[in-house]
Amino acid sequence: MAVALILLLILIGSVVFHLLSPWWLTPIATNWSYIDGTVYITFWITGAAFFAVVAFMAYCVFHFHHKEGRQAAYNPENKKLEWWLSVGTGIGVAGMLAPGLVVWHQFVTVPADATEVEVMGQQWQWSFRLQGKDGRLGTTDVRNISPDNPMGLNRDDPYGQDDVVIENGDLHLLLGKPVKILLRSVDVLHDFYVPEFRAKMDLVPGMVTYFWIKPIRTGTFDVLCSQLCGAAHADMRAKVIVEEESEYHAWLEKQKTFAELSGRKAVVRATYKSGGE
Amino acid sequence: MVDIPYEAIADVPPAEVPDVELYHPKSWVTKYVFSQDAKVIAVQYALTASAIGLVALVLSWMMRLQLGFPGTFSFIDPNQYLQFITMHGMIMVIFLLTALFLGGFGNYLIPLMVGARDMVFPYVNMLSYWVYLLAVLVLGSSFFAPGGPTGAGWTLYPPQAILSGTPGGRDWGIILMLVSLILFIIGFTMGGLNYVVTVLQARTRGMTLMRLPLTVWGIFTATIMALLAFPALFVASVMMLFDRALGTSFFMPTLIEMGSLSKYGGGSPLLFQHLFWFFGHPEVYIVALPAFGIVSDLISTHARKNIFGYRMMVWAIVAIGALSFVVWAHHMYVSGMYPYFGFFFATTTLIIAIPTAIKVYNWVLTLWRGDIHLTVPMLFALGFIITFVNGGLTGLFLGNVVVDVPLSATMFVVAHFHMVMGVAPILVVLGAIYHWYPKVTGRMLNEVLGKFHFWVTFLGAYMIFFPMHYLGLLGIPRRYYALGDAAFIPPSAHTLNAFISVVALTVGVAQMVFLFNLVWSLFRGKPSGGNPWRATTLEWQTPETPPGHGNWGKDLPVVYRWAYDYSVPGAKEDFIPQNQPPVPRGAHGAGP
Repeated sequence: MAVALILLLILIGSVVFHLLSPWWLTPIATNWSYIDGTVYITFWITGAAFFAVVAFMAYCVFHFHHKEGRQAAYNPENKKLEWWLSVGTGIGVAGMLAPGLVVWHQFVTVPADATEVEVMGQQWQWSFRLQGKDGRLGTTDVRNISPDNPMGLNRDDPYGQDDVVIENGDLHLLLGKPVKILLRSVDVLHDFYVPEFRAKMDLVPGMVTYFWIKPIRTGTFDVLCSQLCGAAHADMRAKVIVEEESEYHAWLEKQKTFAELSGRKAVVRATYKSGGE
Repeated sequence: MVDIPYEAIADVPPAEVPDVELYHPKSWVTKYVFSQDAKVIAVQYALTASAIGLVALVLSWMMRLQLGFPGTFSFIDPNQYLQFITMHGMIMVIFLLTALFLGGFGNYLIPLMVGARDMVFPYVNMLSYWVYLLAVLVLGSSFFAPGGPTGAGWTLYPPQAILSGTPGGRDWGIILMLVSLILFIIGFTMGGLNYVVTVLQARTRGMTLMRLPLTVWGIFTATIMALLAFPALFVASVMMLFDRALGTSFFMPTLIEMGSLSKYGGGSPLLFQHLFWFFGHPEVYIVALPAFGIVSDLISTHARKNIFGYRMMVWAIVAIGALSFVVWAHHMYVSGMYPYFGFFFATTTLIIAIPTAIKVYNWVLTLWRGDIHLTVPMLFALGFIITFVNGGLTGLFLGNVVVDVPLSATMFVVAHFHMVMGVAPILVVLGAIYHWYPKVTGRMLNEVLGKFHFWVTFLGAYMIFFPMHYLGLLGIPRRYYALGDAAFIPPSAHTLNAFISVVALTVGVAQMVFLFNLVWSLFRGKPSGGNPWRATTLEWQTPETPPGHGNWGKDLPVVYRWAYDYSVPGAKEDFIPQNQPPVPRGAHGAGP
């Protein structure tokens, strides 16, 4: 029976494709293997349901397709069967939902020892800001943004002076150290997306959003924008480099603080204005 | 078990139903152009929706050409690519699917299936179509406006939708889009009130709510949902139009536009997302519920078997409709909204899987021990079940908050929603056209062409969207003009994209076979007679085919039984029309 056979082939083809697919979750680089775990659980449960429904359908088409003299059965309802199917579905759904909510609870609970890193999005580039020695990020305002203050820090906020400002560069993270990534945008929605991190979140102008990760392997990872942000959305790229402590500090030494940057720029400007004296 | 329908057909005395005043057309123009006959309005809706749908089809070819063969086609630039995806999405969801299911199938089938002469407000019904046509024309005109149509994505998220970094943001594109949506909602509201009142007030004698065919239940529930959901989109559109044209800041915080501080300040982009998805999620079911209803009737008719668990099917439709109003924020798990909302919305979203699963079980259980005629409508129904189950199950990934985090905004989402609310409902639309075309025209569609059309469309669509999920698992984001350099994207992903594009173009071309069939059969198709599928529901029992003005000759039909008396034991034929009186007890026939 051709139709039943094709239905069966679709089923087998889907399973084989799934097993042989070279396209799969990228090797994970953070603590969020729990998220991958929920993906696997969902694949198992939904895969079983898909297999059962389509196989049953193929069986029905094979066994009950029209032949001369066949008469369909007359059975309007079967409360018991419908009840059991509902309960079974409910159990399957709970089997996916419960672990999902447990992991979500971890996702929204930022560890107390997490350092803060700020990501700022604008059309179409990324900027980053790290805490200085005081362990706090200074306040910001979109209205402060100017060529020599690209991230809009408040100049008279003492906490902001030692913040490390990385405009249009790469972000370095310390291996094994939980980090709360604070997100803000100065123009439209963006989304800080590193496939290997699994976690991601939108950047929303007018508010600060966040997520947290703990990098578990070193490497260089692509940052993409995954919330449509205009014509050059696809080109809004940066890199995140996860590295060991010694390399990380070597890199950090070379970065400029807000005070250094604005001071230097102020000097440059003053020099320019005074005619190079 | 067998007693349920019979208690429902306890003798109903035939009675005269008072006739309704009908508007009788006096000229060709009032009969076919400014018609107040729901059947003509239905065809007008269907033709207009199909025409703009063809535009969306061509747009999808353009974007697949770009994705499959990046850099090859110099006539597609990043701006145009965004305009293509935006217009494709909006046309398909609103101007094709919503209009076709409710304006097209709703208008044609509701009066016929409930045994009415017409919609209760024929004049408003006519206006509904003309406002819809105006909405389509306004939308279409944006292709010719300076700056072209909006490229904000069909979700139109502010702030970018009305800023200069987005195509059409500071030109006419976004304004025309918003005006078109506002017009569409006005037009829909006029039609929608008609459908609801007609189902509630104009059912013929004996047609209780629990005897309605599931098609009517699906369209009826979807219409109520649309009447409740579209206002959210309406206010969102008006507010955004004010932000764009009058400089208000409903959705606009203080922000930098192209390097300088804009005049906006104090608004909330998330407010728009909440309004949009409060409409947008029910919208999924506004498209899905009519498809659920129609496919139930296709399966039952062509498997010659009553729909399994009718009452459960009705309650599932109602439950899904109600639940779909409390799940909207599952589109916003990574939007930056208060993260604890995730617990609530993941739970409600996964609960909705239960009534949905019941519907799937009941469809396949209807096939079980049936007498399955593998007609073209039945093939489309089978294709629907597979694609809907597939797309529904991947919804359990995206609905379960933490699983959604890595997958949101990737090609997995694109694959999921195309499978579940693109391919699946469109397979139902096509199956329904093969099923009801004989009633509309009096002729059958060609079966050989129909089967060719089915297999290419179904297998092709499956080959497009099934592998696409895996590109999303890999992490490839959606709405990307070009993937660019990224270490995690292997060359094989580009090969798969090219494969998907080739299949997509093939499926697109196969639709031309369908169009040919529609036109050719209109003149050369086999005459169908009044009830070619030997179906029970009232629309197949009209005195004339195609049904005349007023549908029912002199007397309205009287309904004695539910819509699913197929293969009743002891009956002479394998179907008993709803308007066939019961045989007196004890005599041979359909009695218990």
